[in-house]
Amino acid sequence: MKITQNIDIRHLTRVEGHGNIKIAIKEGKVEQATWEVVETPRFFEAMLVGKKWENAPWICGRICGICSIGHTLASIRAVENAFGIVPTDQTSKLRLLLKHMETLQSHVLHLYFLAAPDFVNVGSVFPLIDSHPDVIKRAAKIKLLANDLCDCVGGRRMHPTRTVIGGFTMLPGKEELVKFKYRLQDVVDDLTRTADLFRQFVIPDFTRETEFVSLKGDGDYPFIGGDLVSTDGVVKKEHEYRLMTNEYMVGQSTSKWSKLSRQSFAVGALARLNNNFAFLHPAAKELSLSFGLKPVNHNPYMNNIAQLVECMHVVMESIDLINGMLDRELQEPRQKVVPREGIGVGAVEVPRGILYHCYEFDKEGRIVKSDCVIPTSQNHANIQHDLMALAEQYAREGKKDRDIELLAQMLVRSYDPCISCSVH
Amino acid sequence: MNAKTPITRTYLGIPVPRPKVAFFELSSCEGCQLQLVNNEATLLDFLSLVDVRTFREAMTEKLDDYAIAFVEGSVTRADEVDRLKKIRGTAAVLVAFGSCACFGGVNQLKNRFKDPAWVKKEVYGSHPIETNDTARPLEDFVKVDLQIFGCPVKKEEVEKIVTNVVLGKSIVQPKYPVCMECKANENTCLFDLGEPCLGPITRGGCDSWCPNSRFGCWGCRGPTVDANVEQMREIMNKYGFSEETMLDRLECFGGFAGHAAEMRKTVRRGGPAWPPE
Repeated sequence: MKITQNIDIRHLTRVEGHGNIKIAIKEGKVEQATWEVVETPRFFEAMLVGKKWENAPWICGRICGICSIGHTLASIRAVENAFGIVPTDQTSKLRLLLKHMETLQSHVLHLYFLAAPDFVNVGSVFPLIDSHPDVIKRAAKIKLLANDLCDCVGGRRMHPTRTVIGGFTMLPGKEELVKFKYRLQDVVDDLTRTADLFRQFVIPDFTRETEFVSLKGDGDYPFIGGDLVSTDGVVKKEHEYRLMTNEYMVGQSTSKWSKLSRQSFAVGALARLNNNFAFLHPAAKELSLSFGLKPVNHNPYMNNIAQLVECMHVVMESIDLINGMLDRELQEPRQKVVPREGIGVGAVEVPRGILYHCYEFDKEGRIVKSDCVIPTSQNHANIQHDLMALAEQYAREGKKDRDIELLAQMLVRSYDPCISCSVH
Repeated sequence: MNAKTPITRTYLGIPVPRPKVAFFELSSCEGCQLQLVNNEATLLDFLSLVDVRTFREAMTEKLDDYAIAFVEGSVTRADEVDRLKKIRGTAAVLVAFGSCACFGGVNQLKNRFKDPAWVKKEVYGSHPIETNDTARPLEDFVKVDLQIFGCPVKKEEVEKIVTNVVLGKSIVQPKYPVCMECKANENTCLFDLGEPCLGPITRGGCDSWCPNSRFGCWGCRGPTVDANVEQMREIMNKYGFSEETMLDRLECFGGFAGHAAEMRKTVRRGGPAWPPE
């Protein structure tokens, strides 16, 4: 049957920020399938101009409430690279532990509170509090652990306070870390149950061949710094990030868009997994394979499963990180900072994909120019092309409008977009 | 919430109503709303206190009957003024939720540049982009009944305030500064550790959240009652911190906007190549 319908969703729910979906199908032919970003710009790159270096991470963390730790760490890395500061081994490990816990809390928030309601046909997580109390308690337990450990290492789960250029203002106590180790070991079982839950869900059958961009692992599944890679074979250095992002403006979006070898590319958990599968922790790898997820997977809905796999990876690796710290004496937390003229780039894998901060400093350490390229802004063009392909596929198949509407929303949610972040 | 949830709950055996609440965001990082979801330990108890009608970040249903509206973010574009006025028209109580809503937050850092066109050009080049020249707090456009300060808001404080609203108790904002809470927490003074701090002039209520982590206060909650900014300046000078360091903190969240504007007249950043502030 040739379908005709109009879908007009203003301010899509259960995503961070403001975006609209518009689809128009006339007698089986897709006339329009548009992903609009209407978020207000806040002009962070302008705000920073004239500010001294120590302002950058404190202000830039405020780009995003969900991934403020990731922004803070990317900002710190950009400043440290500009000033030639190499973090100590202890600082690097604590930052990675902090980063892992942000990844865990963000992925669990997305999987349980934002994505799962679609798979069980409810409008939000709230009805599930009554109907599935155990499931919600499990989600809250994992999130609470992740956030508590963020408090312990970063001083605060949102807009962290202990993370500074040169290291940390203070360190967690070993007794605290021991307790967190046990709590991490305890949630491994909760993640296995989370996997059991997601195995009951039907992941929509839709693929579109896509280029995936992420950090390039060098022995480890990468999160902070290093080379950049795409599944189409592009490899660049961190400071050459602009060759990966190629930002441009379009009329339908207040966020910039990106492209690389094709008309669009994707970043995020699925991109990281597609590029760095070999470096996953064995338990995470096993979990991935149990869902049939291996590189290169081109189904955007599988980003949900890739997030689940990463939850397992970051928990297992965090246990190892804590074990390593418990075996050693804690060192001085903070290095002295001497500003100098120059440019620095920080690339960090945040929950929704690769994030870049770049600052140019004058000789007194004031910011002359700044640039932040956000994961979701890199994904917008890919969401747009996915949406068009999805509308065309389902129009061809004669799907009912409620189905297309739901599947289109689920598609956008699969990217776990952080829209206000993307516009910043 | 669904229909099965009880309509009332009791406090000391007396039924208390569950007010209909809604959450909205203007220009912001949405972090203050997330702070509510982030409070896993007491989230479920908290949710049972209220009837959530609209919370776009968490639910698909959008119901426009609500008594209390929590509005996060500052006003930076014309359409946000319309949205805010519509919310004001529906809500009996409008809460400015977080420092962006109360003072403009970090968003108002763009206001310090004399040429709004430069701000747009710096980020978007020649591409046209719609935005107001300045980022403003809610109270510049509508009547605000209650302010909850902080960047981010502190969840314990939010829960206390909301519980008091639900129970009809009065809301008392702290009159003492962050510095007093920091002393009560027996922290070593940050000035003695070589760190600048606005704790002496910033409104308390956060339990000296940042100084507890040996990170000096940036004044995100705005000025305390009778804040002595001039004396703060003297303390900063005495400990060898530059006027620029003081200004960076004063202007960061907008709570001290008047003082920052005054100070900007004498403190210069960089050479003639800088955009005029």
